[in-house]
Amino acid sequence: MAFWARQISIWYLSVKTSSVANSIQQLRKTHRTWMQLHELSVLSFLCTDNHFPQHGLKTYRSVSLGSRLQSTNSNNGQILSEETNLLSPVNHYQQQAEVIPSSDTKTLYEVWEDTPPSSALEEISEEEAVQIVAEPPLPLGSFTLQDYVDRSETLSQLVLLGVDLSKVEKRPNAGQFLLRLDFEKDIRKRLLFLKDVGVEDNQLGPILTQNPYFLAVDMEALETRVAYLKSKKFGKEAVARMVSRAPFLLSFSVERLDNRLGFFQKELGLSVQKTRDLVVSLPRLLTGSLEPIKENWQVCQVELGFRRNEMQHIVSKIPKILTANKRKLIETFDYLHNVMGIPHHILTNFPQVFNSKLLRVKERHMFLTFLGRAQYDPAQPSYISLDKLVSMPDEVFCTEIAKASVKNFEKFLKTL
Amino acid sequence: MAAGRAARTGLNGLFAVYKPPGVASIRVRDSVETLLLKELNSLEQPAVQQQVRFLPNTVEGNAGKELTLTVTQLPVLAAHPLVRGPELTHLKIGAGHRLDTKSSGVFVLGVGHGNKLLTDMYNAHFTRAYTVRGLFGKATDDFSDTGRLIEKTTFDHVTRDKLERILAVIQGTNHKALLMYSNIDLKTQEAYELAVERLIRPMEKTPPLITAIRCLQFAPPEFQLEIQCMHETQQYLRKVVHEIGLELKSTAVCTQVRRTRDGCFTLDNALLRTHWNLQNIRNSIRDSKVKVKVELQRSLGHQARRGKRHTDTDQVAESELHSTEGTSASDLTHKMR
Repeated sequence: MAFWARQISIWYLSVKTSSVANSIQQLRKTHRTWMQLHELSVLSFLCTDNHFPQHGLKTYRSVSLGSRLQSTNSNNGQILSEETNLLSPVNHYQQQAEVIPSSDTKTLYEVWEDTPPSSALEEISEEEAVQIVAEPPLPLGSFTLQDYVDRSETLSQLVLLGVDLSKVEKRPNAGQFLLRLDFEKDIRKRLLFLKDVGVEDNQLGPILTQNPYFLAVDMEALETRVAYLKSKKFGKEAVARMVSRAPFLLSFSVERLDNRLGFFQKELGLSVQKTRDLVVSLPRLLTGSLEPIKENWQVCQVELGFRRNEMQHIVSKIPKILTANKRKLIETFDYLHNVMGIPHHILTNFPQVFNSKLLRVKERHMFLTFLGRAQYDPAQPSYISLDKLVSMPDEVFCTEIAKASVKNFEKFLKTL
Repeated sequence: MAAGRAARTGLNGLFAVYKPPGVASIRVRDSVETLLLKELNSLEQPAVQQQVRFLPNTVEGNAGKELTLTVTQLPVLAAHPLVRGPELTHLKIGAGHRLDTKSSGVFVLGVGHGNKLLTDMYNAHFTRAYTVRGLFGKATDDFSDTGRLIEKTTFDHVTRDKLERILAVIQGTNHKALLMYSNIDLKTQEAYELAVERLIRPMEKTPPLITAIRCLQFAPPEFQLEIQCMHETQQYLRKVVHEIGLELKSTAVCTQVRRTRDGCFTLDNALLRTHWNLQNIRNSIRDSKVKVKVELQRSLGHQARRGKRHTDTDQVAESELHSTEGTSASDLTHKMR
């Protein structure tokens, strides 16, 4: 220790006061973290290898750095308290002179007693020989969870459950977070909770793939959120459906869910039952951003010229319109209304046309015009309804609606 | 594993798709790549790798409980598809001569080793055939019917034979330019041989040239032309339609540009959007392999022979040959490489 005290005094004289802490940190860094690896066998070491320019690496950095700083700060207090005995006290370091836990001192002393490892030529008993596990060491840092999945109980269980780790590791901090979890303690409780809510077994994997941060939510918070949904009179299957289709749902706080439901009720002007149906059929309305929905609503009213009750009818039938691409929606409507000449009330009756691709609608309409069968007015003979125009596959469309062969349709497509 | 590898061996070559109008050609190439990747990844189902592990186990032995190692074979989870991700994430698909967003037609794509053939096709300077529809009476700023309107004119005076006269003039001037850029003297035996095989065309980068143009339909205000050209862009063809309108003392805009042939790939070889799957693409590659090889050999073989002949003859003789064409001295510098 005297050696270190001398070093510290030299540094203190030559280096500014504020950076002593940093320089001591760096000195302790290598020793401390090597010991941590052996003691804890959990990876928290910063990988300084520059061969892996993957964004996953940054996630490891941000999480591991915090834990490292915590351990080195406790060291700091220790060293500096000894320093004050030797050197003149510095005002702003005295605040950091904390009570040192005795175990830390002991482990710190152990570092400096270099006990030589046992020799490989020593004789050991049979049981000890059997217990030696000679597997290659885990890499200190990696950009993928592939390296750790065989040795980690948690990760193996997740893979057998159906979680797609290759997608999860792309999320920020998710890979590091999953490594640190314990299957028995954290994950099992939450999976059983999901099963109680009513989620199917085969859905558990996809839910965790999309929202791995679900495993960080408190159990009480989860229970309050589900209780809130049930208090809003969502049935059990409805809640189960919503959770499986919108994996981020239970990560939202109760106030946020309340705000969202209130928004849909006020803005869209729907009754309580209809809002409930809307949310159950498209649960990601609750988890997505509200700005595009507001924009789409305005577009439909102002630009497309639908009346409010027509809009409500369309939205209850096809909720996807609220999250559709604004530009594509306008283009599709433009073609349907101006080129095909379909009035608003027929579009309200068949809102599925907004769901389909514009190119498909265009091709089929042009084929029908070419054949002279493009008749979308119910009052006239040989009327073709819009839902049959878009929802049927090509063969059925050609034989029943257009009354031509598929080959002719393909030949026509090649002339477009 | 075997199925996937066999599927990928067939995926080396050129094939043509039919690009629909209104879609960018890069998106077409990307969607073909995504579809192929999805199919190939679903075919590949490798057996999960097994690993021999020795696990400690307590066994009733001679002197009470003993620790021994038992041999088990466990699957290696690191090679599991859920951990590793999809087998293929990228396919090398290259695009041939691009079509812009508003036009449609035959679009050649190369996959795997076929990308090298794409470069060869580019250097062979094949011609392409288009059908162009036009509309009399309007003029817009980008020569197509969706542009900003600039002028409206009458077109009652336009008749079919006037149109055909203009087309003949265009064809004549372009043919002269073609011969000039081909850098061959028409009085030689070599020129005769090339003409017999219909290979007289420039083998280097030139401005757009129209080799043939004719009128398919004429129903005023609409008309349809068939244009065979090389080194063109679709905007150039729209400009040609605009200029035809001006020559006829009226105005015209272009409503549709559709490529019917690109080199040796015609409309029959082109795959429609509904047929973009692995099997059809492999069949198409297989069918077009021989054709492409033959065409390339014809063009590039002649090109090589022409280059050889040029280096053999004297400088003086060369300048005499070219003086009859009226080409300047600068043309001599960008002859055969």
